[in-house]
Amino acid sequence: MTSVDFSTTLGNAWFASPVFTASGCASSGRELAQFFPLRDIGGVVTKSVMSRPRTGRPTPRMAETPSGMLNSIGLQGPGIDAFIAKDIPYLIEEKARIIVSIAGETIEEYSTVARKLRSVAGISAIEVNISCPNVENRGLVFACDPDASRRVIDGVKRTVGGELPIIAKLSPDVTDLVSIARGVVDAGADALALINTVLGMAINLETMRPYLAGKTGGLSGPAIKPIAIRAVYQVHEALPKIPILGMGGIATAKDALEMIVAGASGVSIGTASFSNPTALITIATELKELLATKGFASLRDAIGFAHRSGQVD
Amino acid sequence: MTQINRNAVAIHAPIISNKRVGQYNQLIIDIGDLSRLCKPGNFVAIKLGGQSSNMILRRAFAISRTSSSATFGGTMELIVAPYGQGSTWLCAQSEGVVLDLILPLGTAFGIPTEPVKVLLVGGGYGSAPLFGLAEVLYARGCRVDMLLGASTGAKIYAPMEGKRSVNSLRIHTEDGSMGQMGRVTDPIGALINDLDIGVIYSCGPMAMLAAIDAITKDSNVLHQCAVEEAMACGVGICMTCVVPVTDGTGAVSMLRSCIDGPVMDGARVAWDKVGKTL
Repeated sequence: MTSVDFSTTLGNAWFASPVFTASGCASSGRELAQFFPLRDIGGVVTKSVMSRPRTGRPTPRMAETPSGMLNSIGLQGPGIDAFIAKDIPYLIEEKARIIVSIAGETIEEYSTVARKLRSVAGISAIEVNISCPNVENRGLVFACDPDASRRVIDGVKRTVGGELPIIAKLSPDVTDLVSIARGVVDAGADALALINTVLGMAINLETMRPYLAGKTGGLSGPAIKPIAIRAVYQVHEALPKIPILGMGGIATAKDALEMIVAGASGVSIGTASFSNPTALITIATELKELLATKGFASLRDAIGFAHRSGQVD
Repeated sequence: MTQINRNAVAIHAPIISNKRVGQYNQLIIDIGDLSRLCKPGNFVAIKLGGQSSNMILRRAFAISRTSSSATFGGTMELIVAPYGQGSTWLCAQSEGVVLDLILPLGTAFGIPTEPVKVLLVGGGYGSAPLFGLAEVLYARGCRVDMLLGASTGAKIYAPMEGKRSVNSLRIHTEDGSMGQMGRVTDPIGALINDLDIGVIYSCGPMAMLAAIDAITKDSNVLHQCAVEEAMACGVGICMTCVVPVTDGTGAVSMLRSCIDGPVMDGARVAWDKVGKTL
């Protein structure tokens, strides 16, 4: 059938497929493994892990909105030690490629978590989530502050060295995304993950209060896709050599191809998995066919195509 | 390590019938041999609204009953109130419409190995799965008493054929329009003593489940409840539907009601922490 070269790279990490899970949308991997083999996708981007176990925010944590949903989980997780002991071995056993997403409340916490990962075998890259919107203090969203963003990435880079590619996950909730992106790349990020959820709110008219216990939440799903495409396009235009893992509302192969021609080297599927647990497989299969239909011999030829002059069939 | 219901699969299945029953719709769906794997308490996640819908998430519905017959093969019954956008769409679908389903999901009510005296308590929309449960318990030789409550009589779901599997059915409504006036939890303490109840099975709003737990916690009565929390995926990956649950040491964890529930041991749920920051 199609002989498209589907492989991609993020920093020095090579992946057979450009379709990944999105952090926080695949739990530990065990749940999706009931629907498809984890080795069949580009890789599992794990839920952002912190230094200690964390219970997260109270419920309600979810509100559906038109073509989207708000979540307010608050980085519930087992902590880095239990994660390394239980979740990583499982993913390795399943032959999954692993991108570990890390988070922290302080700049030091990111380095602490990264230090523990440095010696763990079987990890392909580290995603540094500096943009989770569900933190108590909006001042803690490092990705909204150019200086704090740089310092987090600098700290992780010093800890990890050049061994593992570092992917900085950024927020679209900023005035000048390109300047934040430049800052983290200067500080040592090998790749960027764009975008995290968009800060939002929904009001329950029965209670006349916000639906979510945490009041605000992160908006995801097709509702944010144009924001994500715009973000990837702008950043790729400014930093064409920096690989981007693109995400935000991708639900079909066409969505994925939009993201790739805007400048993404790979795509993450998040909210789409909630309604369709096999979404990653469907999107990957159809994306490969779509690339062939559009006349691309390889995925790499399509990356950032929207920025170049030229025609396709 | 908990994992999702090991029998869960994604399928497309047709509606065999859709009938209005009071304020509810009774949908019968052809799920073939999967009907044997669905236990009382399990739920199904249904994609709603069709291809162009702006509803991106599935909705979870309790499987109220399953059956196998020569005519239709294996079927499941759903009792749905056309309340929100998604349930209204589902109730409007006619025979022959093919639904996109994932099932069976979640935990099931534990069925005693020996006949015991059980009380089934349903609140509002929560009573539907109790009739399927009653059939299973009745077949096991249990004495089954049922207590249903709602704000008003029109919201009581109590089909005639459901009464065959219960020894008694009591109804309480807050406005007194059907049965006794009052809350469904009012008579539970007395019924436990009068009927020598060993297990309470409950399904309904969290406040009702918490009130039942307050009655049973200092007794020998076991309380199995089906919890409800806003759920995005139903398959354990979104972490939205969590409930605070205590382990043996008293430590509280946020467990997913789609994997560790919906049926949970009421004594282990930290009711005072539901909806609160731990």
